[in-house]
Amino acid sequence: MATTTYVITDPEGIHARPAGIITKAAKEINGGITIEKNGKVADARKMFAVMGLGVKNGDTITVSADTDENLEKFLDVLRANV
Amino acid sequence: MVVLQGKSASKGVAIGKLCFYKRGSGEIVRTQVEDTGAEIVRFESARMTAIDQLKGLYEKAVEEVGEEGAMLFEAHQMMLDDLDFVEGITDLISDGLNAEAAVSDVSDQLAEMFASMDDAYMQARSADVKDIAQRVINILSGASGGGMDSDEPVILASDDFSPSETVQLDKSKLLGLLTTGGSDQAHTAILARTMGIPSVCQLGEELSESFDGKDIIINGQTGEVFIAPDEETTERLTAIYKKEQMEKKLLEELRGKPNQTIDGKNVMVYCNIGSPDDVDAVLASDGGGVGLFRSEFLYLAGDDYPTEEEQYQAYKTVAERMGGKRVIIRTLDIGADKQADYFKLDHEENPAMGLRAIRICLTREEVFRTQLRALYRASAHGKIAIMFPMITSVWEVREIKRICESVKAELREEEIPFADTVELGIMVETPAAVMVSDRLAKEVDFFSIGTNDLTQYLLAVDRQGKGLGKFFDAHHPAVLRAIKMAADNAHKAGIWIGICGELGADVELTELFMAIGIDELSVSPASVLPLRSVIRSIDTTKNKEALLSKLMAEDE
Repeated sequence: MATTTYVITDPEGIHARPAGIITKAAKEINGGITIEKNGKVADARKMFAVMGLGVKNGDTITVSADTDENLEKFLDVLRANV
Repeated sequence: MVVLQGKSASKGVAIGKLCFYKRGSGEIVRTQVEDTGAEIVRFESARMTAIDQLKGLYEKAVEEVGEEGAMLFEAHQMMLDDLDFVEGITDLISDGLNAEAAVSDVSDQLAEMFASMDDAYMQARSADVKDIAQRVINILSGASGGGMDSDEPVILASDDFSPSETVQLDKSKLLGLLTTGGSDQAHTAILARTMGIPSVCQLGEELSESFDGKDIIINGQTGEVFIAPDEETTERLTAIYKKEQMEKKLLEELRGKPNQTIDGKNVMVYCNIGSPDDVDAVLASDGGGVGLFRSEFLYLAGDDYPTEEEQYQAYKTVAERMGGKRVIIRTLDIGADKQADYFKLDHEENPAMGLRAIRICLTREEVFRTQLRALYRASAHGKIAIMFPMITSVWEVREIKRICESVKAELREEEIPFADTVELGIMVETPAAVMVSDRLAKEVDFFSIGTNDLTQYLLAVDRQGKGLGKFFDAHHPAVLRAIKMAADNAHKAGIWIGICGELGADVELTELFMAIGIDELSVSPASVLPLRSVIRSIDTTKNKEALLSKLMAEDE
């Protein structure tokens, strides 16, 4: 299991559309990816669950995946979108 | 006349008949299903149809309101793919519930989750969940969506509109939108603003269906709704309406067009702003950049010096929102008529000629350095230029440049990013600056003429002084000749020159300014398009010589 933190730089945080994009990517990667904020964990394949974390600009989230490779793939998606 | 007060969702006045939006019954039938497998297939097929419909709506919205406003429908498609949503529904169906009720139950739970979040944006998403659910339910039950039942253009009202209802409305029949609930953050409000349709939300139960068909006027700016307005109200709002329509027409005709004279000379028309909030107006009026961002608001708002971080955020916001267009920020111009107590400036007999603006900066270097650090840091996020007020001498500019270099070296040392080239310019607003403008031009990247102070100092007339009106002549040849002198010297040194004072928007002088060769005019956002319209009607080859020789003639 691989884990790291990521700081949101999108001024709007994880809004609906970016949430849709990252959950779609998480489904494709299929690496058991989760996003955690303040102790709340969301399955990264679930759009409403990810939005439900209420992630805002400047927030630090903890991202986990089954392998380093899958984690890195998902981080690329985060960097490009939020 | 009945007057209702709501919350502004999209500004503008609309006059017309009130029409309530008609919807299907909305009642969800609950039944027990035997063949749950077939019911799941029925749900899946409805879900796919809904996604297809949303693709179509997305394309319609791109055409009507552009990519940004249309993104919502892309997000809706993604929402319909949400695993919790789909699995929650199929689980309920597997337990024997019919598809319509399953969709309704699951979406209610999700909508509830969003409504309870502590973030206005997320709260507003509960409407999106209901919207996608309603779409699937309509497909399942074969019901059609609602509609506006009118042949003439109307002001449409409802408890709330879902985003897809809003985009499906026939815009040619839509004068305004009213909601008893809703929010100014909802997509309906955002779409209304994008499409320029006046809208008021949160009107409450007082907006009852008994008013259906009545003549009404709404003022989107103030959130007022007048039902069966009296003559005086009608007259007052019709005047506002007509003015808005004229401005809108001008905007539509001139938006995106160059500020180009008939003979092909281009002028930059920028905006003067006083806070980051003003950027909305700059973008709405199609300003080409910010020609004067007065940084005083940062200093006058609080009871202590604004921190570097506060300033950085404000400058960065403007630079980013202007998206690569030039943003000229003027360093602090405190003193004279703008006082902040914490500066603890001594009382002056003659503050207009006292310790103000750049003189404070060069006396209290720490205050200046904080602002410069914030400005350079913000330069990494857009095209920032820095302008210094109240310059009289070459040594001041050299001193400023020395401090700028030292601030840059400091940032470099700390590995804080900033732009390689940040244009530095000065305000030409003292007679001294005009007289040595040839030398000053060799030191800086641009000039901007502050006509208000320049006129006051040239004519030795206090512009706020009582009884001095007839002596304060902004069109005085001394002022106009000073502008020409500064412009000639700027061009000789190969730099550009603008005007950011009130004269910039004075259309009586625009042709003369073109003749002088002024490169940029910075005006209030509302003046951008009227000025553009004047510039586009000028042929500088026609009167240029006559205008200039009249200005320079010995005899008046």
